[in-house]
Amino acid sequence: MALTAERARNDRRTAGVPLGLVLPALLGAAFLVLPLVGLLIRAPWSHVVAELRGSDVLTALRLSLTTASIATAISVVFGVPLAWVLARLDFPGRGLLRALVTLPLVLPPVVGGVALFLAFGRAGVLGQGLYALTGFSLPFTTAGVVVAEAFVAMPFLVVSVEGTLRAMDRRYEEAAATLGASGWFAFTRVTLPMLAPGLAAGTVLCWARALGEFGATITFAGNFPGTTQTMPLAIYLALQHDPEAAVVLSLVLLLVSVAILAGLRDRWLRV
Amino acid sequence: MRAARTSIPVLLAAAVVLTGCNSSAAGKSATPKRTVVVFAAASLKESFTAIAKQYEAKHAGVTVKLNFAGSDTLAASINAGAPVDVFAAASPKTLAIVTDAKHGKGEPATFARNQLEIAVAPGNPKHVAGLTDTAKAGTKLVLCAATVPCGAAAQKAYAAAGVQPKPVSFELDVKSVLNKVELGEADAGLVYVSDVKTAGGKVDGIAFPESAKAIATYPIVGVDTGKDSADGKAFIAYVLSPAGQQVLTGNGFLSS
Repeated sequence: MALTAERARNDRRTAGVPLGLVLPALLGAAFLVLPLVGLLIRAPWSHVVAELRGSDVLTALRLSLTTASIATAISVVFGVPLAWVLARLDFPGRGLLRALVTLPLVLPPVVGGVALFLAFGRAGVLGQGLYALTGFSLPFTTAGVVVAEAFVAMPFLVVSVEGTLRAMDRRYEEAAATLGASGWFAFTRVTLPMLAPGLAAGTVLCWARALGEFGATITFAGNFPGTTQTMPLAIYLALQHDPEAAVVLSLVLLLVSVAILAGLRDRWLRV
Repeated sequence: MRAARTSIPVLLAAAVVLTGCNSSAAGKSATPKRTVVVFAAASLKESFTAIAKQYEAKHAGVTVKLNFAGSDTLAASINAGAPVDVFAAASPKTLAIVTDAKHGKGEPATFARNQLEIAVAPGNPKHVAGLTDTAKAGTKLVLCAATVPCGAAAQKAYAAAGVQPKPVSFELDVKSVLNKVELGEADAGLVYVSDVKTAGGKVDGIAFPESAKAIATYPIVGVDTGKDSADGKAFIAYVLSPAGQQVLTGNGFLSS
């Protein structure tokens, strides 16, 4: 629907390719791609198979994929409504709320980890009550990893979805409302389908950020193989005493995440 | 609505400006003076900060730049080319990572020793009396990773005690272990006597006999990746001098 206008624009004749855009674009691309090329060239490929046989690596990889996916699911469940509230509801303090919920974007993740301690730790504002009631506390658990990842990654989804909601043609929602659709019905039948591309992009961003999360995880959840040692933690530890192994582990994480994203894109995310 | 919309970019821009200011300010103040860059083990933080202050007071125009982290992290960044004049490690093994890569200048010297203690919450609410208690179910124990000197020392101590520890986390340096106990998230952690002392009452230290079997020795050496070797040498001499040693023993280290 909204795409038709865009398509018409694309069909128009373009007025020459501006060098002022293409040159910086090439430099930007080279800057982003060169480190990856370095990783690929320096990789001790013969070690890849041997490293993969190590059970620790597969454990860390599985933990990373599971926790990042759960963190993303949590982010979608809470982040999409949050983005909708920020984009559609007019209330005092909305700008402040938006700034606050996107704060984890600029907060150094290690600081985020400490903040999580103070909120959800055994001695934290909320965690204290939970611990007193159930004897359970989030730090040093896999659930703690998910919390740390969601804290750091959810703002990416919120920002992306909110941007899409704001750019959306609201007349469709208004039409649905005049035809008697309830707010919830209009959201699920009209807004959500139109939101799909932005939501997909936000979800991918969120998942990728969660997968690479290091600082908040090591601070809040600690580092224990099988429970909280995700791939980025395993890579960092390997880097200290066996840099070659660290390169191999980085490649494994990179390849797996690219494969998953490419697979998803072909299936669902026709962005 | 428009004002609200700008808040995210404004925040991001502010962050960029802030970080930008920091780095340029640090760069400017360093240029006219001589600078000694010292990489030191995390457990040396308080002692070396004090020693550096004394050294700067006695040597006009010299700035000591300190960087603290796990010894293995520091060794890795020196070998990766970080410009450093002096490296003080928490174990001969991590120091050897640098000297084996031929970045050492002169002979390494031992300047301090350190003993492990069990850090617990003030008042020792879990009644930890020795290593056996730290391995009990329901006691959250945090150790250093085995690649870090404090982790290797902890392994030795547990082996000497014949106790199998069940930690919830292997931290990357000794201060992270201390932090987890200070914040009340862990019940016990193996740290150095000096860490307990410098924590200043935020944790209690429980001495245990097996720590005698895992005494850490701290070596220091000049490094050739920096540019100021003369000042580096002088700084090492100051650490080994009575004045430097006094700071270290005052912070709970055993003298070399």
